[in-house]
Amino acid sequence: MKRLKTLLITWEALLVVLLVVSIVIGSMLSPYFLSGFNFYALTSNIMEIAIMALPMTLIIIAGEIDLSVASILGLASVVLGLLWQSGHPMWFAIAAALLVGLAAGYLNGLLVTKLALPSLVITIGSLALYRGLAYVVLGDQAVSNFPTSFTNLGFGTIGGTEIPWSGLIFAILAIIFVVVLHFSRSGRQLYAIGNNKEAARFSGINVNRMKLLLFILSGGIAALAGVIFTARFSSARPDNALGFELEVVTVVLLGGVDIFGGRGSLLGVVLAIFILAILQNVLGLLNISGDIQSLGIGLLLILSVLGPNIARRIQVVITRRRLVAGSSKQV
Amino acid sequence: MTTTGQEVEPAKQRNQVRQARLPGIVSRVRELGLLAVLLLIILIVGIQAPRFLSLDNFTQILLSVAIIAIVAVGETLVILARNVDLSVGSMVGVTAFVTAYFFKELPHINLLLGILLGCALGLLLGIINGLIVSYGRVPSIVATLGTLYVFRGLVFVIASHTTSQVNASDVPADYLALATTQILGIPALILIAAVIAIIVGYFLHASKSGRQLYAVGSNPAAADMIGIRRDWLVFWAFAASGLLCGLAGVLWGARFATVDATNATGLELQVIAAVVVGGVNIFGGSGTIFGAVLGAIVLGTLQNALNILNISQFWLQAIYGAAIIGAVVLDAFITRWLRRTILSRRKNT
Repeated sequence: MKRLKTLLITWEALLVVLLVVSIVIGSMLSPYFLSGFNFYALTSNIMEIAIMALPMTLIIIAGEIDLSVASILGLASVVLGLLWQSGHPMWFAIAAALLVGLAAGYLNGLLVTKLALPSLVITIGSLALYRGLAYVVLGDQAVSNFPTSFTNLGFGTIGGTEIPWSGLIFAILAIIFVVVLHFSRSGRQLYAIGNNKEAARFSGINVNRMKLLLFILSGGIAALAGVIFTARFSSARPDNALGFELEVVTVVLLGGVDIFGGRGSLLGVVLAIFILAILQNVLGLLNISGDIQSLGIGLLLILSVLGPNIARRIQVVITRRRLVAGSSKQV
Repeated sequence: MTTTGQEVEPAKQRNQVRQARLPGIVSRVRELGLLAVLLLIILIVGIQAPRFLSLDNFTQILLSVAIIAIVAVGETLVILARNVDLSVGSMVGVTAFVTAYFFKELPHINLLLGILLGCALGLLLGIINGLIVSYGRVPSIVATLGTLYVFRGLVFVIASHTTSQVNASDVPADYLALATTQILGIPALILIAAVIAIIVGYFLHASKSGRQLYAVGSNPAAADMIGIRRDWLVFWAFAASGLLCGLAGVLWGARFATVDATNATGLELQVIAAVVVGGVNIFGGSGTIFGAVLGAIVLGTLQNALNILNISQFWLQAIYGAAIIGAVVLDAFITRWLRRTILSRRKNT
């Protein structure tokens, strides 16, 4: 147990080092990197992914996964746009978009818990289904005539600072999630579920109810990210945030959360979010296109699982050798 | 009822045999059901639009399905071994682009050489997937989600250093003829897909490795225990998937003639939908190549029907998603039902 803890601490320490190194490299590569405006661009660019990574962390720690988040974001964005276009007030459109997200998450959760189906498969299906519904709702159109009061949510900054409004939303959510995961009973129950589902059930945890709630939460938060995304680009399109699920899963795994559940912390994930943001920002400053950037993110995703695996294997080999050496000495 | 020890043993064995047959029964039920669904679609759409029933239209459907079917055959091997390959669309994309560009640059080169190049490239990509999953111990969903983007990024890198698009006029006519040639009145594309499905289907059914693949998928731990080289088989399943994607990419370039860096994006969803709709259990261990190809044909027919009935193509992706979820849910119900009937039968005897 102690060794496990030190391993986690070293992973997060590694992330801090990585963060510092990427900031240094960024400031060396471009004189604009450390400017206030670049900080604004960098953070507002990643906030939707950051917000969706919070519930994703909880879901993966509980041993499940939700690959449909980016599709829910797109669907919510399209619903918002359609309702605004057809003359409904903005608050109504936002509320409806959030409701659609909660419902989409509820359907995911229902299929995963009631039918005991793996979330991996269900959410690959709903990834296609929700994105497809977004196309059905809006076709190849886009809604873009949103009021400034709404788009300020995406563009605007707080007071005279360079902090975007979406950054404030993320900060508040992050604090709530940290309290729930690391300082509450439900948080510890999530780790228990991820470590051993059967044992968790026998110790009186309502595993299915927890998982259902997680998927509903994930859907709702993805819809919230959809509202922010729509405001930031002032555009509701069915292909909004296409493929973002990759980046969300990447930051969570890079943050040191075990893909098989039961291990990980939000501190690591938050660090990973900023590392990814800086990486994307630097590549952007170097004029590397988004399509090629995703090559790097894909690589990062694989390495973030492959790296710890190889490290663990080396550790096993070393301890085995040590044991062998120790026993031969005794003989 | 009193039983002696000697009587219990054969009864136990019978039950074990029955349980072992369970996945087989499930897939047979699924394939028959799917055939019925296919006939129903043909009947309903045929009544509304008679031109749907023409021989020409059926050929069109099979043509549109052929490439997806080839990829689905490889995907079936991977899924049977309780894994998944999400990178197929990107692998087809890479090989289609590279092969087309190869023919553009060297128009007088031997046709076979280009085909072999595409297949070898696909095999290489598949081997990379296999290494990461089997020997790097990265869950296949994460590994191939990663390579989906890495391989796609690779096409963009290649395109940015060469050409943004290869057009039909750039490549030799021989290459394009791959997709249009007919042998005995049947398009070569359909024949190639059929031959591959038959060969791989026979291999799965009759060869030792084929049977072992089912064993790995239905119970990995037990497969390990009886000495099956699980990692080795999973590795080759991924390699085979890559190889078939390579071939599919070569044919993709020939069929669509105009190839850019985004070609075959999202193909993985169509392929996985076809495989699971075809009754291949997404948790591995049961399903057939015939089922997967049938699944591809059903989805292709559905797409064609939407076209003919003038229903928006925007519905397609939603239908694929619903088909994946529906097939998995249906599988869960059938398995549960079969298990219950077998259990009750066991209680009665």
